[in-house]
Amino acid sequence: MSAVDAAAAITLAALLLYGIFGGADFGGGVWDQLASGPRRDAQRDAISSAIGPVWESNHVWLIFAVVALFTCFPPAFAEIGTRLNAPLTLALFGIVLRGAAFVFRNYASDSPLLARTWTAVFGASSLLAPFFLGDAAGALATGRFAWTSPFALTAGLFATTVCAQIAAVWLVHETPAGALRDDFRKRAIRATVAVWIAGIVPAAIAKAAEPQLAAALSGSTARIAIAIAVVLGVVVMASVAMRRDVLARVAVGAEAVAVLCGWFGAQAPSIIPNSYTYTSAASSEAMLRAFVVAALCGAALLIPSLAFLFATFKRR
Amino acid sequence: MEHVLAARAQMGTSLAFHIVFAALGVGLPVLVVAAEAFWLRTRRRAYYDLARAWAKGMAILFAVGAVSGTILSFELGLLWPTFMRYAGGIIGLPFSLEGFAFFIEAIFIGLYLYGWDRLGERAHVLCGIPIIVSGAASAGFVTTANAWMNMPAGFRIARGVVVDVRPFDAMLSPPWLVEVVHATLAAYVLTGFGAAAVCAFALLRRPDDERAEQIRAGLRIAMALAVVAIPLQWIAGDVIARFDAEHEPAKFASLEALFHTERVAPVTVGGIVQGDSIRYGVEIPGALSMLVAMNPNAQVTGLDRIPRDDRPPVGVVHASFDAMVGSATLLLLVAVAWLIALRRKRTDGRTLLRAIAISGPLAVVALEAGWFVTEFGRQPWIARGLLRTADAVTPAPGLDVQFTVWSIVYVVLAATCWWLLRRVGRPHGGERRPLRRGTQ
Repeated sequence: MSAVDAAAAITLAALLLYGIFGGADFGGGVWDQLASGPRRDAQRDAISSAIGPVWESNHVWLIFAVVALFTCFPPAFAEIGTRLNAPLTLALFGIVLRGAAFVFRNYASDSPLLARTWTAVFGASSLLAPFFLGDAAGALATGRFAWTSPFALTAGLFATTVCAQIAAVWLVHETPAGALRDDFRKRAIRATVAVWIAGIVPAAIAKAAEPQLAAALSGSTARIAIAIAVVLGVVVMASVAMRRDVLARVAVGAEAVAVLCGWFGAQAPSIIPNSYTYTSAASSEAMLRAFVVAALCGAALLIPSLAFLFATFKRR
Repeated sequence: MEHVLAARAQMGTSLAFHIVFAALGVGLPVLVVAAEAFWLRTRRRAYYDLARAWAKGMAILFAVGAVSGTILSFELGLLWPTFMRYAGGIIGLPFSLEGFAFFIEAIFIGLYLYGWDRLGERAHVLCGIPIIVSGAASAGFVTTANAWMNMPAGFRIARGVVVDVRPFDAMLSPPWLVEVVHATLAAYVLTGFGAAAVCAFALLRRPDDERAEQIRAGLRIAMALAVVAIPLQWIAGDVIARFDAEHEPAKFASLEALFHTERVAPVTVGGIVQGDSIRYGVEIPGALSMLVAMNPNAQVTGLDRIPRDDRPPVGVVHASFDAMVGSATLLLLVAVAWLIALRRKRTDGRTLLRAIAISGPLAVVALEAGWFVTEFGRQPWIARGLLRTADAVTPAPGLDVQFTVWSIVYVVLAATCWWLLRRVGRPHGGERRPLRRGTQ
């Protein structure tokens, strides 16, 4: 494996992990916004305690992906920052407001007005962030940074529904059995249907209006990834319905991985279609090597720490 | 607003906002862990309540620090893509290491804040140690990137292209150590005086508060950090000033407002910069030559040796420097007063408490002004001698709108933080989660 490959693998791995864990956090915010019925407050409490201990570390995957990108592929980072300035700024507003809103509402329980306001901000910004991150990803994939194109906008919608799906499935696993868990079970099933619908639309648009993308999507990598994602979606649906919650939890994570890997794979070796490949955007060999070594050393500290965190709070 | 100015304003506001939260994120874990350790040793409830109250403050401040730091990592690309195109592949290593340090910090913050009931007492307090270490480490790594911007190293330029990149040499550019020590100490100075000021203010307002024992304990712990950090910061400040005099003459001449290269150079305190001179300042003849070289006849480089296009905005840099040194002087006096009062066992004097209450805002001034000195003092360069700030800015439109909206966001975040932090001292104040441990 060359240094470029290793650096690319680490960068994409960070993005994948952000997609799953950050996505689950965003989805939690989506369900917070959509909390309803007699157990509305209980739903929100369940979301808060599921996200609370882990959201900050989930969020670091994004920072790490950004840093990896500008360290290993600086021209690509510069190009993305310039051409996708608008959607990324909008996503950033969402990311910042939701993080702040989450702690603010947790510590503002003695002022109902403030708590309500920040709960509203938390929900709204949890929709904003994944939408515009998905939109930026879609715009990148078109090869012409068309972030207001129908494809990019529907890709944003798709990303948001996937986040909601991951969160609902994981919340089923994390709430005690009973009416509350059934609330999330219902939501998980609805979200899975929404993911299918929201997934078909951008694919159809790509076929009709984005010839370059349509070509990439008909390649074997994309076809295999889509097929896997669809199968996993069915597994999610079935296992949620049959109360196999651990299986559902794994399957929904794998589904997100399949979608993201499909995207990375379909446009490989391009990091930005029509502009840069991983190789043409790569930093010097010395930098890439230093980065990979740093990442391996860092992982040696990180993995046990993360395992400890999740073992402490996510064991049922 | 002019394009480059809008970009600088946005970056500057983001950093000025973030730096306060980041510094408290480095320093507060020390106070929280100390309070919890005292509780474990003495089993006095005041220490437990103090640790819980400070931990709540830490939760709020750390979260805002984390999200505002995310803004910065994006803004490197959103505002300065040309800079990152060059610099990313040279100075990425400390950012990557900072990423890991911050990761460890975030993980153990989660464990610490939510683990009061889930972890054993000893495991819980031990979770504070990685927060302290990685907090200081992440501040250190990021500061090495700033050091590189002051003195780019670890690469060569051949025919306009960056070649021969040596990532470790870039990370350890000449100013790295002096800057890292100065910046890390600044975090402890701010946290020590800041937390002490909150306690002093509370004691002044309600001396008979039922939580007075807890507040006094907080005052003692916070002042202990402050009295250790501030003299060390004076030494670090002296070292970094000498370093600048030798290696960053444009910055040094600007912060001292020294327009003419001369022997027996004076220190000018205060004054207004007008054109190529400074007026109404208090001059101490020969003092600058003494400080720089321990020799009143030593020659000090003035701005006349710096090409006009390469000069920083002298007025701002000099005023910031005076603000930093002035507030640091007052902080040192407060620390000395505290030590004397401690010896006399009379730490409840209202004059002393008032001085400590004022020291909090002064520590913020010192931190921000110091940051202004290093950032304005590097202008017009984003990476000195390599790339000018004006050449590094993004071509993307709409920066003035972005700047306005971000500024509103920062004001709202700061105001909410302020409102919430005023409540963290109250028993069970504000927090959603019920407290369950045995000491209740």
